[in-house]
Amino acid sequence: MITCSVHSLCGILLPGVIRTPNKGINQQELNASTEVGEGADEWTLSKTLLKPPDQLELTEAELKEEVTRILTANNPHAPQNIVRYSFKERAYKPISFVDQLAIHFSLDGNLLLRDSDEGRRQSARIDLAPVASTVIEVEETEVKEEGSKEDIPAASAEEAAEGEEPPSHSMKEQKLTNQFNFCERASQTFNNPVRERACQMEPPPRATFSATANQWEIYDAYVEELHKLEKSKEKEKQKPLVAKKEDKLRGRKLTSLESQSDDVTKVTKAAKIVERMVNQNTFDDIAQDFKYFEDPADEYRDQEGTLLPLWKFQYDKAKRLAVTAICWNPKYKDLFAVGHGSYDFMKQSRGMLLLYTMKNPSFPEYIFSSESGIMCLDIHNDHPYLLVVGYYDGNVAIYNLKKSHSQPGYKSSAKSGKHTDPVWQVKWQKDDLDNNLNFFSISSDGRIVSWTLVKNELVHSDVIRLSVEGTTLEGPEGLQLQTIGCGTSFDFHKKIDSLFLIGTEEGKIYKCSKSYSSQFLDTFDAHHMAVDAVSWNPYHMKVFISCSSDWTVKIWDHTIKTPMFIFDLNSAVGDVAWAPYSSTIFAAVTTDGKAHVFDLSINKYEAICSQPVVAKKKNKITHVQFNPIYPIIIIGDDRGHVTCLKLSPNLRKMPKEKKGQEIQKGPEVEIAKLDKLLNLVREPANKPAK
Amino acid sequence: MADTGEGKKEEADYKRLHSFPLIRHTDMPEEMRVEAMELCVTACEKYATNNESAAKMIKETMDKKFGSSWHVVIGEGFGFEITHEVKNLLYLFFGGSLAVCVWKCS
Repeated sequence: MITCSVHSLCGILLPGVIRTPNKGINQQELNASTEVGEGADEWTLSKTLLKPPDQLELTEAELKEEVTRILTANNPHAPQNIVRYSFKERAYKPISFVDQLAIHFSLDGNLLLRDSDEGRRQSARIDLAPVASTVIEVEETEVKEEGSKEDIPAASAEEAAEGEEPPSHSMKEQKLTNQFNFCERASQTFNNPVRERACQMEPPPRATFSATANQWEIYDAYVEELHKLEKSKEKEKQKPLVAKKEDKLRGRKLTSLESQSDDVTKVTKAAKIVERMVNQNTFDDIAQDFKYFEDPADEYRDQEGTLLPLWKFQYDKAKRLAVTAICWNPKYKDLFAVGHGSYDFMKQSRGMLLLYTMKNPSFPEYIFSSESGIMCLDIHNDHPYLLVVGYYDGNVAIYNLKKSHSQPGYKSSAKSGKHTDPVWQVKWQKDDLDNNLNFFSISSDGRIVSWTLVKNELVHSDVIRLSVEGTTLEGPEGLQLQTIGCGTSFDFHKKIDSLFLIGTEEGKIYKCSKSYSSQFLDTFDAHHMAVDAVSWNPYHMKVFISCSSDWTVKIWDHTIKTPMFIFDLNSAVGDVAWAPYSSTIFAAVTTDGKAHVFDLSINKYEAICSQPVVAKKKNKITHVQFNPIYPIIIIGDDRGHVTCLKLSPNLRKMPKEKKGQEIQKGPEVEIAKLDKLLNLVREPANKPAK
Repeated sequence: MADTGEGKKEEADYKRLHSFPLIRHTDMPEEMRVEAMELCVTACEKYATNNESAAKMIKETMDKKFGSSWHVVIGEGFGFEITHEVKNLLYLFFGGSLAVCVWKCS
């Protein structure tokens, strides 16, 4: 019970009673239960000058009056007389004590006493030991953690989370981390994408093999092996001799080939074709003439013919050199060889061997040059790539067209029996018994030599030594000196191989045989001057022709000592040749630049064609040759030019076919008859010709 | 008797003469061939009485040197048909009566 004297206004707050602000509360109000603030009862202030409008108006006496208030802890709102029914006494009895507690505010909390059942239960669940001083430990552990940072952040974070639950912390967790000081960091590196790689190797190749191993097989093998060893030992002895020579030859040939290889060689084929095309276009009219032109005027000229000039072949480097020999290739009918040299005794220089083709008149196909002038040449019938030439210095050489050397394949030398004078004629013979190539050569030194190509070397053997009959002199020691004749030409019989004719410088023609080396079969006193050419008739076996510098051409029957026909051509005759298509036609060329064609079946005394061929008068014609199949002749002069002429139809007249007789021999038989008749009557004097 | 004696001498002679290793067929490269041949000769001489051991020695050495797997046959009378890796075959005679066939096939 609180008693206080209220002197002045004072407000007392009883528990459980809300104090309302700004309103004077006095006991009266309180006692008046809930009357609060309504009607300011005795709310007087000595100081107050303000008076609320609803203030009680009191007199001063009343104001000075002391009022005694007694504060008690009684709840003014609590009922003072609660009565309860008592069943015992069956009456209502008043409760002695009335509860004076007035609850002003109540709030339920969730704090548990640790030692209570529920608290224990909870702590057991969290598994934390009930400790009295937990807060201090928390602080300690935190300090520890800060010092040592080795704790696993996750675990310590868990522990930190647990630690925050206020009641539960354990001493076990030494490393504690919290989320504020430690944070998780993680990173993932880039993993390269995965690729599959596979490889399959090829298995090593396999092969099957089968054999039998027997005693006899083994024995045989050994015997064979021993046999081989013995043989190889024998061969070794023979080998070293042969090897050296072969190596040398190979070495030479290799070097010469290498030096000639060019980049241009790749284009040679194409270039060649183009060249020929250009030539054909340039000389188109000539080519047309060659092929198709037949002189129509010949129909009117009964006994005359003409020579139509076609191409002219010349080569720069051979300009100064005279044509000394021409020869058609037996296989390639448009290819012919021309040998260049000099007939001049004083002016001897180098020589050239050129091969032209009619398809290319501007440039020779093959060019060979030599130190000495070429005097004669011949092409082998069976091997059209082999040419034999005779030089002015007496040497002979064989050129092989297949090989690209510019030098002859084989050459004679002083050691191997070359002539001591110019070689005037060479002729291939048939291969001898050992299948070796061989040829004959004739020279001014009086020797006729047979050369054989044996094992890459030229071997010579004298066939005949020419001697002038009747001029043997007696030498000092009783030796028989014979004046040696000079051979200038020879020709082998077409059918009888061993029979051949020799023309000499003295003007004699000897008939010889290979089998008799010392004696002549026959002698003809043919000419007054040197015999330039002799040639057997291609058809008639007995007839041959000879020409000489004494201006005459003579036709002979080799059984008769005197000539059958004599033709005087007014100028030295350089060469004479039979036509291959007729037995009565032949051509002769003279040094005055004229070509004469004779046909005995038409005109026995005169030429049916006499035509100047070469332009300049000083140009001497040196050789003439008929083409084997085409109706053309080539003529070489001493300026180095070769002219090709076509024979007009009159010159090519074939004899009329007679029944039952061979065509070729037909006319010749007639001539023979005439010969015999004429011989008896004939005057030896020359008849004047045109 | 004398004839047979001479006959025996001849035999011995030819065996002496024919005892060098004679390669009957091979497609091995040069060095391999030489090595293999020498190895065969060594093995055969070492195990003259026992072909199996000789073959074993050859096979194992070849395996070591040139890779697996090799096969070796030694004998005096047999026929065979084999598949071998190309350039890995050697067939030779030795000692006048032995035939050795060495090949690789894995």
